[in-house]
Amino acid sequence: MFKSLLTSAALFALMSSTAFADSVWNRGANGDVQSLDPHKTSTVEEANILRDLFMGLITEDTEGNAQPGAAESWTVSPDGKVYTFKLNQKDVWSDGSPVTAKDFVFAWRRVLDPKTASEYASMAFPVLNAEAINGGKAKPEDLGVKAIDDYTLEVTLKGPTPYFLEMLTHQAMYPVSEANLKKFGDDFIKAGNMVSNGAFVLAENVPNDHIKLVKNPKFIDAANVKLDVVNYIPTEDRAAGIKRYQAGEVDSMNDFPTEQLADLKAKFGDQIHVTPELGTYYYVFKTKKAPWDNPKLRNAISMVIDRDQLATKVWQGSMLPAYSIVPPGSKGYTPSMMSYADMPQLDREDAAKKVFDELNISPAHPQKLEIRYNTSENHKNTAVAIQEMLKPFGFDVSLINTDGKTHYSYLEQKGDFDLARAGWIADFKDPVTFLNLGHTGDGNNYADYSNKDFDALLDKAAVEPDSAVRMKELSDAEAIYMKDIGILPLLYYGNHNVVSPKLHGFVDNVMDKHPSRFVSKD
Amino acid sequence: MLRYVLKRLLVAIPTLFVIITISFFLMHIAPGGPFNMEKGIPPEIKANIERVFHLDEPVLSQYLRYLNNLIHGDLGPSYVILNFSVAELFAKSLPVSLWIGSLAMLFSLVAGCAMGVVAALRHNGLIDYIVVTLATAGSTIPTFVTAPLIQLVFGLTFHWIWIGGWHEGALAALIGPVITLALPQLATVARLMRGAMIEALHTNHIRTAKAMGLSDYSIVIRHAMRGALLPIASYAGPAAAGLLTGSIIVESIFQIPGIGRSFIDGALNRDYTMVMGTVIIIAVFTIVFNLVSDILYAVIDPRVRYD
Repeated sequence: MFKSLLTSAALFALMSSTAFADSVWNRGANGDVQSLDPHKTSTVEEANILRDLFMGLITEDTEGNAQPGAAESWTVSPDGKVYTFKLNQKDVWSDGSPVTAKDFVFAWRRVLDPKTASEYASMAFPVLNAEAINGGKAKPEDLGVKAIDDYTLEVTLKGPTPYFLEMLTHQAMYPVSEANLKKFGDDFIKAGNMVSNGAFVLAENVPNDHIKLVKNPKFIDAANVKLDVVNYIPTEDRAAGIKRYQAGEVDSMNDFPTEQLADLKAKFGDQIHVTPELGTYYYVFKTKKAPWDNPKLRNAISMVIDRDQLATKVWQGSMLPAYSIVPPGSKGYTPSMMSYADMPQLDREDAAKKVFDELNISPAHPQKLEIRYNTSENHKNTAVAIQEMLKPFGFDVSLINTDGKTHYSYLEQKGDFDLARAGWIADFKDPVTFLNLGHTGDGNNYADYSNKDFDALLDKAAVEPDSAVRMKELSDAEAIYMKDIGILPLLYYGNHNVVSPKLHGFVDNVMDKHPSRFVSKD
Repeated sequence: MLRYVLKRLLVAIPTLFVIITISFFLMHIAPGGPFNMEKGIPPEIKANIERVFHLDEPVLSQYLRYLNNLIHGDLGPSYVILNFSVAELFAKSLPVSLWIGSLAMLFSLVAGCAMGVVAALRHNGLIDYIVVTLATAGSTIPTFVTAPLIQLVFGLTFHWIWIGGWHEGALAALIGPVITLALPQLATVARLMRGAMIEALHTNHIRTAKAMGLSDYSIVIRHAMRGALLPIASYAGPAAAGLLTGSIIVESIFQIPGIGRSFIDGALNRDYTMVMGTVIIIAVFTIVFNLVSDILYAVIDPRVRYD
């Protein structure tokens, strides 16, 4: 036994020494991918890998901000409906063939084709006829996108969409090589088949083990790409992940056991990055059901929930207290906070107590309240903490825990509930992605919230060409949303990265986007 | 004997059919489907996805479609790992679990039997106490404790093994999962072997053998052990079926791309075809290894005859 351990030690030493010949980023990931087809992916892990493999018209800089990608310039018609993109002629596929406007036309028709069954087809919905095509009511050829010539792409939208450029950074809008797809069909995503236009190309894909990308010498900015290899290494068990980091098996991890945050900070110091993310952890009331249809009651409950305690005690400082649904961090947007955001907790409780008295809710006349949440230790702890916070005011809180699929299908099918947990991480950097959660009829409006003024402001903002005016309208809409507690924000998500001091160019940002092309390793 | 084996295998077919049917409908009773996400998707998009995967059809016709494909050897596409068929995924993950599982089984059988025999021979002696203590510890400490401990000591402190990953089956990647898997089995085998051996050493035929002046080696190995192996044989069959089809805990903690996670991950993600595929594999292994166990029984114990 001991001997075999020694042999393995020698083997390990051998493996480690050969692994560092190239510049390799062993990039720990919290989960594995479901697909590498840009049109069929939906998770954060997939987005991270695809960002290295492909480049859309618009791409991200080190901080996740939009910058020109496959398009070198563009013009927008005065009515905000027609975008004309000039493609960068130096942008080529990894097989050397040029990336043309036709590839984009092909790709966008494909993502909308009902047969592709893309989960994120909705990213293309601002384009003229996109929704109809996806619903099978129009032909892919009817899509409002045209290749004027090889390097000019004209996109017609169904209405002005101020965040359209931001949406183009999403993987659903990436180009795919028409020739490549014609050759391999859906198997184009397999290593050896795939042709891409990003900084890296796919070398290996072993499900649940690793995905290896190697530098793409044909990439438009290959001269500035310093890494030779990026290995995406999934480690679902976060405690094991941090051990792998410590042992040097991975150079970074995009999550860690947050319940150990204090210990980890003591051990790793500034290698532990906890930064705000563009995401909100929230609860929803069933706003059509008595007594939760009363905004006063919803507000009073919101007031007695001590968010500081949730953030620091339950989440160990890995999340931040939230008083708005849109987290801070969208350019040009000031979130509208709840009116009591700056009120001390004790004063809030006094104000809430008055409302409860009015409604005759007290420990002597308790009000039943059921909280539903999906399985997770932290979701449970959060619900238990809230249960304790509400108890002294006369709420008889019961907790119902189901697995994620059951939970969300229950919410989507408008099941009967009092209060339920959900979360939202921005797909693109614009407040509207959060505010749409409250739009009447939106599929994610689990609260069944409906307010005409709120809807009107959102609809107005959707066609407003002036960015400053639009942001003001959205902020006003949020003020209504918060005043009504149409949704009950609790915490802003935080990004949790642990990053080796050997890595350079890893810049924290609210979208937690870290394109490997900007990273280097000692 | 051959007739017996054939008969058992024939009986296995309706058994499998019943298992498949029950699992299929149980799976579909669970609320939600593979495409219910944390972020809801527009109804038309959901309809497209469901149409592509035939999830919009009545459950009964989905069931018949599944059976029909199965008879033609097609386990269907995975609903979660897109662009991979369940068979393709198993082709990669099953060998990994089989390899780790058989190493663990082999290790626990050899070491467990040896420990059990030695303990029985030194009954109530120091070695016996040590073995009993170790065996109790081995079967009571759960794998989710031993696995991180092994990672911490051998991976992080001594750098002898990989903490996670398969690394194409390198020895340094195998040790952690194999030992973690083997320990509880080893403990059980050692306890069973010790008990059976103590009993066997007190039987009349061993006393006779001793009286006839046979060598210790012959008494222990040829006569006592043969009888003592019976409980091991009946234990090893189902245990092997469990080990070879992977372990969710060990595979998650050591990030091994084996089959063990398919079952739980599949069930939680409502990856219907993946769960069905896993059910079938586990069922087949259980049936086969129970049969192997029964055959071994007959080989070891001449009194057992299947005719």
